[in-house]
Amino acid sequence: MNQIDASLIDWSRAQFALTAMYHWLFVPLTLGLGLIMAIMETLYYRTKDVKWKSTAKFWMKIFGINFAVGVASGIILEFEFGTNWSNYSWFVGDIFGAPLAIEGIFAFFMEATFIAVMYFGWEKVSKGFHLASTWLTVGGATLSALWILVANAWMQYPAGMNFNPDVVRNEMTDFWAVALSPVAINKFLHTVISSWLLGGAVVIGISSWYLLKKRDITFALDSIKVATIVGFVGVVISAITGDGSAHQIAQKQPMKLAAMEGLYEGGDGIGLVAAGILTPGKQYDDSKDPFIFDIQIPKMLSFLAVRDLDGYVPGINNIVRGGYITPEGEKALSIEEKMTKGKKAFDALNQYREAKKNKDDIQLAEAKKLLDENFAYFGYGYFQSPADAIPNVPLVFYSFRVMVILGGFFLLLFIVVWYFSHKKKFEQSKWLQYVCLWSIPLAYITSQAGWIVAEVGRQPWAIQDILPVQAAVSNIEAGSVKLTFFIFVVLFTVLLIAELSILTKQIKIGPEKGDEKE
Amino acid sequence: MDYSFYQHYWWFLISLLGGILVFLLFVQGGQSLIYSLGKKEKHLNALIGSLSKKWELTFTTLVTFGAGFFASFPLFYSTSFGGAYWVWMLILFSFVIQAVSYEFIAKKRNFLGNKTYKAFLFLNGLLGPILLGAAVSTLFYGAEFVVNKGNLTGLMPVISSWQNPLHGLEAAIPVTGAATLANLWNIALGLAIFFLARSLGALYFINNIKDEEINKNARKQLLINVVGFLIFFLPYLIALLFKTGLTEDPVTGVISAEPYKYWHNLLAMPWALVILLVGVVLVLWGFIKGIFCPQFTKGIWFAGIGTILVVMVVLLIAGYNHTSYYPSVTDMQSSLTIANSSSSLFTLKAMSIVSLFIPVVVAYIWYVWRSLDKK
Repeated sequence: MNQIDASLIDWSRAQFALTAMYHWLFVPLTLGLGLIMAIMETLYYRTKDVKWKSTAKFWMKIFGINFAVGVASGIILEFEFGTNWSNYSWFVGDIFGAPLAIEGIFAFFMEATFIAVMYFGWEKVSKGFHLASTWLTVGGATLSALWILVANAWMQYPAGMNFNPDVVRNEMTDFWAVALSPVAINKFLHTVISSWLLGGAVVIGISSWYLLKKRDITFALDSIKVATIVGFVGVVISAITGDGSAHQIAQKQPMKLAAMEGLYEGGDGIGLVAAGILTPGKQYDDSKDPFIFDIQIPKMLSFLAVRDLDGYVPGINNIVRGGYITPEGEKALSIEEKMTKGKKAFDALNQYREAKKNKDDIQLAEAKKLLDENFAYFGYGYFQSPADAIPNVPLVFYSFRVMVILGGFFLLLFIVVWYFSHKKKFEQSKWLQYVCLWSIPLAYITSQAGWIVAEVGRQPWAIQDILPVQAAVSNIEAGSVKLTFFIFVVLFTVLLIAELSILTKQIKIGPEKGDEKE
Repeated sequence: MDYSFYQHYWWFLISLLGGILVFLLFVQGGQSLIYSLGKKEKHLNALIGSLSKKWELTFTTLVTFGAGFFASFPLFYSTSFGGAYWVWMLILFSFVIQAVSYEFIAKKRNFLGNKTYKAFLFLNGLLGPILLGAAVSTLFYGAEFVVNKGNLTGLMPVISSWQNPLHGLEAAIPVTGAATLANLWNIALGLAIFFLARSLGALYFINNIKDEEINKNARKQLLINVVGFLIFFLPYLIALLFKTGLTEDPVTGVISAEPYKYWHNLLAMPWALVILLVGVVLVLWGFIKGIFCPQFTKGIWFAGIGTILVVMVVLLIAGYNHTSYYPSVTDMQSSLTIANSSSSLFTLKAMSIVSLFIPVVVAYIWYVWRSLDKK
């Protein structure tokens, strides 16, 4: 039997993480800024005031520069499912491929078509058609996010499928269970609407730069008015959907929640770690205190996880040992028991295929029964130790705190900016303008931290409980992936520098004056 | 409508998308002509400006083609993309640098300089068609892989194993061994697609840019590239029709060799032969009128529609009539057919409902471009 080099898995993960994180630098701004510029154009359409046209056109230029790199980095991600995760592509392609194809048919063509009207159609189509095209461009981007997040959510909460041992793959049995799973809906809302936060932060940051330079004052203040509202709505809804997401994680991915909290020993009425420093080198089976220092909000984790101040939340050790009662009211199995069941599923699958070859109907039925009983733990069969089931706790723990703390900061920032803007004091408040300017990188850190929590927290699973990454990877030389990894590092870094250089130049040029004379 | 119907329907859609993609490679063909036709700065800007409004359609079609293949024939996605790693990576790199170039080239302080972005466009115009053509040719001349769906229960499972250490580059680089001749044919199709894309690119410029000098030079380039296309494509097409292909027993699933398989496929599907001939006539009409009639500007439509029809039929005969559309030269029984590599009936049905919206997508693209071009 072919054996895969273990370092291949690490390089494949690194490459996918790298390309996803680069892609995720550009997508949130497309979603957030897209909404802001569409609102600005709507204001132009309704008020006929050309200052809104000029304002919208400027942000469209920023949108376009950002959009190009987003498109470029996006194509890599789609094809990487095949190039780097070949086993995955067959094992779940029957389910996973569909959202990607729908994304292509509905979203990509919508974006690609109407973005052309948005840029080249100002003098060629009616104002109403142009406005519709701008909204359809933003709608296309959002629709694209919907389908890729449906696919991503399905990986974290596989639903609407059945394993077919004849062809050794999972097959879709309920399209709507995949597309409208509660995890998919929440993930979509949380991801897209948190992008409004980033869009709002970027717009108020750049607008503040104009105010600091004492130029394009009206444009900057108008932009801030729209961006503050979008950003504020984004933070508030993100907080609500984030809470929903944490609640779902508690039900479906308890190990991820435990990693987010650095929680090794769970129990009833568990507190939420507001701030803390993890003990370096802490392992699940040692006796070290998980924290060097921590501040907890009593009982809050239990409340957020199970909506009960005294509710039970399992820690990493509890999940490894099993024996606690799950939210479904069943006794949780230990990881070792799950590994045993996973290996039973392997044996049953092999027996099934053997029986099929020998046309032995009795053995076929027995093997199928055994497979069905154990398939829920199929992925655990690949593990060699319970430690394989635990993600990188420090990375998930700190990323979660960075995301939440910065989310709180932005809530405060948007409220303060709105207040100063409403009282017409923002133009005079240099300190606040500096805060807004320097908050731009913080918005990106918030966004990336959220992505790390979602994706590192679910490791080692490519498909939760069904397929770990080590079983999903393509059988290629680690050296090949290492080489493409570094090519991507160089290529995307160069493109990022180019984008930032063009963006800063475009910002220095500022909004077009010509349009204001129309 | 049974499972087989949906498998055939989806192979038809993949073939149609493939045909549209090859037609839209006129963007890449145009990019590889920018140095030949754009010797003056204003001409260069006009050429790039003209292509800048169309490149996203090609790009999006490529992405949809990949996603459609993933959704409908995931075993191909798994085997070819995971095995022929380098050829797909090179194709992707060439499209990544294209995607940013159109946005960045005209911008001030673009870090790499305008010349670099022009070079990126040229590189994509060169590599994109050649590598895509070579990759498509493996649908006839095969690749070195073994598929074992049951090999999933080891600690590190492998469903598809590529047997050549070049991981796809062998399709575009002649190497020693049994597959050398096949590799030469792969290169021939790659070059044929390259010259076809350039011919279509020249026709597109003739249609889209009102400039006498560009028009005159584009017609010269059209002649050169049509000759190049015919030199590589005609022998390829003839060899294909005489080639031994692989056929699957629909009852047992056993795969065996069949001489003149693709010619037999055309005879078994006379409607495909008719469409092929219509496509060839349209392509030749577009080319000949484009070369010899200085006032004729609609050649892109004739040659373009003809290209879609020809490529569609070529892909249809690769997969229909129980043909293996991805033959394994290492293990014949590992070869992929539309029956053994497709998604489940449920998924194909669900995706077929989605596909009914494709005419709506085509309609709004058409409407939008008419709106943009009419003034």
